[in-house]
Amino acid sequence: MLGYTEKMRGIASRLLKDCSVEMVIGFRKGSMPMMNEPCFVTTIEDVPSLIWDSNCGINLANYLTNRKEKIAVFAKGCDSRNIVNHIIENKIKRDQVHIVGVPCTGMIDKRKIAGMVKGEILEVSETDDTIKVKTADSETLFEKTEVLQQNCTLCIHRNPVIHDEMVADPVEEQTSLDRYADIQKIEEMESEDKWQFFEDLLSPCIRCYACRNACPLCYCPTCFVDESKPQWMGKGQDPIDVRTFHFLRAYHCAGRCTDCGACERACPVGINMRLLTRKLEKDCQEQFGWEAGLSLDQRPALDVYQTNDPGTFIK
Amino acid sequence: MEMMGIERDRLHMSWVSSAEATKFIDVVTQVTEAVRALGPNTRFVKQQAKVA
Ligand code: SF4
Ligand code: SF4
Ligand code: SF4
Repeated sequence: MLGYTEKMRGIASRLLKDCSVEMVIGFRKGSMPMMNEPCFVTTIEDVPSLIWDSNCGINLANYLTNRKEKIAVFAKGCDSRNIVNHIIENKIKRDQVHIVGVPCTGMIDKRKIAGMVKGEILEVSETDDTIKVKTADSETLFEKTEVLQQNCTLCIHRNPVIHDEMVADPVEEQTSLDRYADIQKIEEMESEDKWQFFEDLLSPCIRCYACRNACPLCYCPTCFVDESKPQWMGKGQDPIDVRTFHFLRAYHCAGRCTDCGACERACPVGINMRLLTRKLEKDCQEQFGWEAGLSLDQRPALDVYQTNDPGTFIK
Repeated sequence: MEMMGIERDRLHMSWVSSAEATKFIDVVTQVTEAVRALGPNTRFVKQQAKVA
């Protein structure tokens, strides 16, 4: 993905200059290593702040919700699928977005890297397939494949599914992956162990809702957790309330989640809440042959009735 | 729900029309039997703060 930055700046300048868009959404360098932040460019002078590397894991579709102006957005495979969701769900119009496709070779996992080196990370640089991490007293070189976010190691749609132009030629897709090995392991557990597994998984949750806020699917004006009339659930850290939040959030993403990993990435305590959304993703695939956000012409699995829909759970 | 550790027979889902009285009775009987067999629910129970 080296060299994308220059091309992106070129594309952004062109689009802003000929006034075909009012805003370009991309990334700029964050204040800490591996923490690029979304960037909204409206003038040509600001174009040089745009960058691209393996720290652009935030899902930019999240910033398109209910926008009224004409926007260009840089979209990785997963972002593009969430843009498709957004268009289907009437959160933005197709002719309002100029989608600049970004073939993606995966984003790196900042938490994993922090756990693999000693001391504070001062600088992270990369080549096409290596990542160099500098701390005060050491320099470590990793293969990019060892430090990818888990969702990226499992990604089978690295190339944008929808685009108006592309930053580069498509990359090779990953094939023959066992995408649900970890989910299967949980499914095979005894009921009691499952309960305990999720107790442990969710116990560090501080209900900060960063996972919800990072997700492009979570655009309700008032989230069910924030409602007070009626109040659907407690607002504290009672384990039952935490669990209710998590499983309901996952259900709200059923048939829509693209496993972009933005939720897990945003979590300050490193909870893998994707285990819940991926279970639903797996179910959607097995029962309805449905993968979210692949086409504008197909209604989502939970939005249509087909006579061959499985119904054995209804007695 | 099952994935999260709710027992398989704890939660039931059914579709009964208002004209299907017999089916309604059957379903209710089956559900009560299944749930009774499991014993009291211990998961997804929220303890309320005790008020004097
Ligand atoms: S999920 Fe796929 S498209 Fe998205 S960042 Fe990871 S590798 Fe790229
Ligand atoms: S639930 Fe997480 S992985 Fe799924 S679309 Fe939302 S942010 Fe992405
Ligand atoms: S981001 Fe993490 S800590 Fe915050 S609400 Fe989500 S799971 Fe809990």
